[in-house]
Amino acid sequence: MHPILGYPRRLGLYLITWLILSELLFYVATYHHFGIDKFESGLFFFPLSLFYAFICLSAWYSCRGIPLEDTSFMGMLVPHLLAALIVASFWAATARALASALSRLPSLQGFDQKVVRDIPVFVAMGVLLYLLAVAMFYVLLAQEASREAERRESQARVLARDAELRALKAQVNPHFLFNSLHSISALTSSDPKRAREMCIALADFLRATLGLGEKALIPLEEELSLIHSFLAVEKIRFGARLKMEEQIDPGILDCMVPPLILQPLVENAVVHGVANLTEGGWIQLRVGASHGPNGSNESNVSIEVENRFDPEAPARRKSGVGLANVRQRLDTRYGTNASFSVDKDGERFHVGLTLPAERQGVHA
Amino acid sequence: MTATGGKIRAVIVDDEDLARQVVRELLEAHPEIEVAAECANGFEAVKAVTELKPDLLFLDIQMPKLDGFEVLELIGTDMAVIFATAYDQHALRAFEVHAVDYLLKPFGAERFEQALARARQRIGGKLPPATDLKASTRAPGEFAERIVVRDGTRVHIIPIGKLDYAEAQDDYVALASEGKKHLKQQTISSLETSLDPARFLRIHRSYIVNLERVTKIEPYGKDTHLSILSDGTRLPVSRSGYGRLRSVLDQKA
Repeated sequence: MHPILGYPRRLGLYLITWLILSELLFYVATYHHFGIDKFESGLFFFPLSLFYAFICLSAWYSCRGIPLEDTSFMGMLVPHLLAALIVASFWAATARALASALSRLPSLQGFDQKVVRDIPVFVAMGVLLYLLAVAMFYVLLAQEASREAERRESQARVLARDAELRALKAQVNPHFLFNSLHSISALTSSDPKRAREMCIALADFLRATLGLGEKALIPLEEELSLIHSFLAVEKIRFGARLKMEEQIDPGILDCMVPPLILQPLVENAVVHGVANLTEGGWIQLRVGASHGPNGSNESNVSIEVENRFDPEAPARRKSGVGLANVRQRLDTRYGTNASFSVDKDGERFHVGLTLPAERQGVHA
Repeated sequence: MTATGGKIRAVIVDDEDLARQVVRELLEAHPEIEVAAECANGFEAVKAVTELKPDLLFLDIQMPKLDGFEVLELIGTDMAVIFATAYDQHALRAFEVHAVDYLLKPFGAERFEQALARARQRIGGKLPPATDLKASTRAPGEFAERIVVRDGTRVHIIPIGKLDYAEAQDDYVALASEGKKHLKQQTISSLETSLDPARFLRIHRSYIVNLERVTKIEPYGKDTHLSILSDGTRLPVSRSGYGRLRSVLDQKA
């Protein structure tokens, strides 16, 4: 929609401004020169100005066609100047026609002769006013674009947040939950003490997970303890089949990471690795500091999860969803400042990720 | 009743020790049911069932090596099968393959008794064997990523990319892969429906071919053609098969 024609209030304001401006210009430029009185001047200039005001509204379309941001200065100036010349010439011709019509009136005889001499002045004024309109429309366009960008940004923020919450909710895998409960029910008769231990580990994991929805970032230490309660449950389920090794740099335990960014990787290693191996499998977790991807001094948190898997295992549903979730969440939050990689080599499955090291209280 | 001496022989298949323990414990109340074997993965299950021919099978779905559906596909349906799994996304498929019941973990004695009662009906009533269940062991709209074949008590897994062609042989299909042929009890039509039509084509009443293997088509006789595979194998192409093959290959060219 046209930003002025489409809104009556704006149109009114525009016309009033236009009339004052153009009358002023013409008063200065021609009143004394033509030697006619104010009434006659008004009779001539008022309709002419009004007419031109509407013509200049068309500048909107050429402004929209030549966007400010991706056009060179000359690429912008030349077409607008050309358009201004054409429009102004047309307007000058109209002025001349009006002048010769007015000169039929007895009191304005010879008026057209005076106007004809000043046709170049009309063209110059016309060009100037047209370019003024162009400038105005560019301002309006820029305003509209920034509003649109703002709207889009806030929408993206809402979407990212939604996606994150959905991702968090989807994390607690029903398979994990029900299988664990089944294991507990088995232990209640054979080994009540371990049944209780497992209940506690499961409760710890669930409590930690449920409390996370509100937090954007948690200390790495908290994420690691979440993984430990998760693994405590899985170790009872899988027994000797699950072997876990950890190498954790204690210096980065206070770094802030998005909640549940690491747990899905470990769960993935259990579900697609250990659970598919009859003789059992290992998982290695390495957490340390590293330097930024661009060799910058800013330090990064580097996390690696490696596990054994059976390349010929039966396909499981939902495979890869957990990893895709982590990748997407890293992308939304850190953009190019984080990296995520997945590779397979024989029976080894390796996931690596780096993200900027943010300390508690320090905001990036 | 196929069981000897009135005893029902059962095999428990689950990769988790504790899960097997639950079934074992619940069966203690039933001295007429004897646990013939416990298996921790699909391969063991196929071996045990082939050798022991049990009357009743407790079967987990997600397991190493072969999943529960693949196990069932390989051992047929001569026994009563009770699925036990943690999540109900497989329930529909379980009944499509004529499982007697479907237990959701965790389950207690009461629910277990119901399942056993149904299993007894199945064992006593000699229900007709399930129809061709190979096709239904997949979710609709999904195509097989691998084919499992049993050779005695051994199991071969053929990834779909390594299948060159399949040939109908009476009630069996011969699956040609890496220079070997594996026989599987399945009709060629049911195999055809389980394969991705973008990769495999029925070129003849008796043949399905992996399109990636076809190098040449030569005329042969009046109405028929021969397709030459990359390893030199020559397969007959029927008239209608030739039409389908041409249109697929022309699309790819």
